[in-house]
Amino acid sequence: MILNSSLNSIAYSSTLPPDWPGGFWWHWLLFTVIIIVFALTLVMGFIWIERRGMGRMQARLGPNQAGPFGLLQPVADALKILLKEDIIPAKADRIVHWLAPVVAFAPALMIFAVVPFGDGAMLADLDIGILYVVAIASISAIGIFMAGWGSSNKYSMLGAMRGIASVVSYEIPVVLAIAGVVLVAGSMSLNQIVLAQDIPFILLQPLGFLLFFIGGCAEINRSPFDLMEADSELTAGFHTEYSGMKFAMFYLMEYAEAVAISAIIATLFLGGWRGPLLPPWLWFVLKVIFVFFIMVWTRTTLPRVRIDQLMALAWKFLFPLALINLIVTAIQILVWPDALPWILVPINLAIMALLILLWSKLFKLGWGRVEV
Amino acid sequence: MKFERYGIGIAKGLRVTIRHLFRHPVTVQYPEQRLNISRRTRGNELIWDKVKCTGCATCAKSCPQGAIQIVTSTSMEENKYEVEQIEVDTGYCISCGLCVEACPFEALYMGYAYERAKYRRGEVVQANEQLLPSPQRQRSGYMYPKIADELPRQTLLIERITEEK
Repeated sequence: MILNSSLNSIAYSSTLPPDWPGGFWWHWLLFTVIIIVFALTLVMGFIWIERRGMGRMQARLGPNQAGPFGLLQPVADALKILLKEDIIPAKADRIVHWLAPVVAFAPALMIFAVVPFGDGAMLADLDIGILYVVAIASISAIGIFMAGWGSSNKYSMLGAMRGIASVVSYEIPVVLAIAGVVLVAGSMSLNQIVLAQDIPFILLQPLGFLLFFIGGCAEINRSPFDLMEADSELTAGFHTEYSGMKFAMFYLMEYAEAVAISAIIATLFLGGWRGPLLPPWLWFVLKVIFVFFIMVWTRTTLPRVRIDQLMALAWKFLFPLALINLIVTAIQILVWPDALPWILVPINLAIMALLILLWSKLFKLGWGRVEV
Repeated sequence: MKFERYGIGIAKGLRVTIRHLFRHPVTVQYPEQRLNISRRTRGNELIWDKVKCTGCATCAKSCPQGAIQIVTSTSMEENKYEVEQIEVDTGYCISCGLCVEACPFEALYMGYAYERAKYRRGEVVQANEQLLPSPQRQRSGYMYPKIADELPRQTLLIERITEEK
């Protein structure tokens, strides 16, 4: 509650004029600290949830030796990784190799700048918030490609190229799904989007949620779309040649991006910090964890897709559905310009079911193959 | 019309995994928990019965690895061989059990042990008194169904897999 009240007071102070003495920098300092703590804590929590949850879903226990219920396992891993030797391959492009983890990790943290933890409790209430998220999220692809290129290793290069291919392809359905949400909310500011969600957008935009979830998972290269670090094919993909702290940065990036995508999904589709009884930041964290749990669930269930399946899914399935979703949403907005009524919830669900059935029937891989 | 392709297959898979989340894990937390091993197991050591052994060295001859060494002397007053030295290098032992099968006097048994990693090679060699049975060195029921009947049954399940240590 103390954190909550301080968040609210900061939220209040953020509405003050920016030339208010000291207010801007205090706001900046406080939220930078909050974001870093939030991201790192959730990363550790996510690693724990993923390893333990996945373990239980595979009928085993997962790490349980470090600390109670294995809670300290991420700490133990971090300590181990920190003590490891930092190896740079002889033929590596040293500067690119050194810069890549930073370039990959920084954007994952920067996304949180526009994510609201409460009403207006965010580092920067950008009017183009979601656009900023999309722009920033793509930067880590450059970091990954730098890693693949700088390592001078063919596995790294292949992994990085696959990563770029998936990011570039899945960006389109993701952005189109976001566009649907922006149409309904009438604003690009994440705080305004949350405030507009009297009905959570997962109900008004079920197809958009599905597209965004699949696209988001693909964009941060989580299983079943983890082609760029497919262990069985590419040893470890783009971070094959990384060890020590640099590897830790990539590991951190992987989960920080998962936190970021979960936070964006929670904000866009699940009503962000809104919810009864509990304080807003707790609602937000709970929703983020819930979204991540679904990611772990799908990861445990689904096997890794092939690269042609990955591309076919993006271009032949998600992309047309995202376009249709955008058009349908636009028509609905034109018909009900003020606010979308509840009646649209079952209609949109029906549209989603119909479209998925139709497109599953039409879906073909290369050369018209139907079966996998 | 196959419904597997409309997301039904994914839904089925998701159902399977979420059910596994709420069941007991099947893994055994090894150093803290152990399964009962098979009653007829061929462990990593031999149990030797000094009274029944006549020093005929059939076991040594049957060992494909040559891991058993027996030195005997004649004892005139008892009119039999006396075992002066029996030495089994379990580092060479491949747990084939041929020595136990070959023994004509039921003086040799397989053991139960499976945690006999040592730092020095000499430490895995067992000789004379080290080969005798003791509460820690149970005889396994390999080749001897009567012994097997007395041993606890093998289980592949533990009552409840817990986190406690």
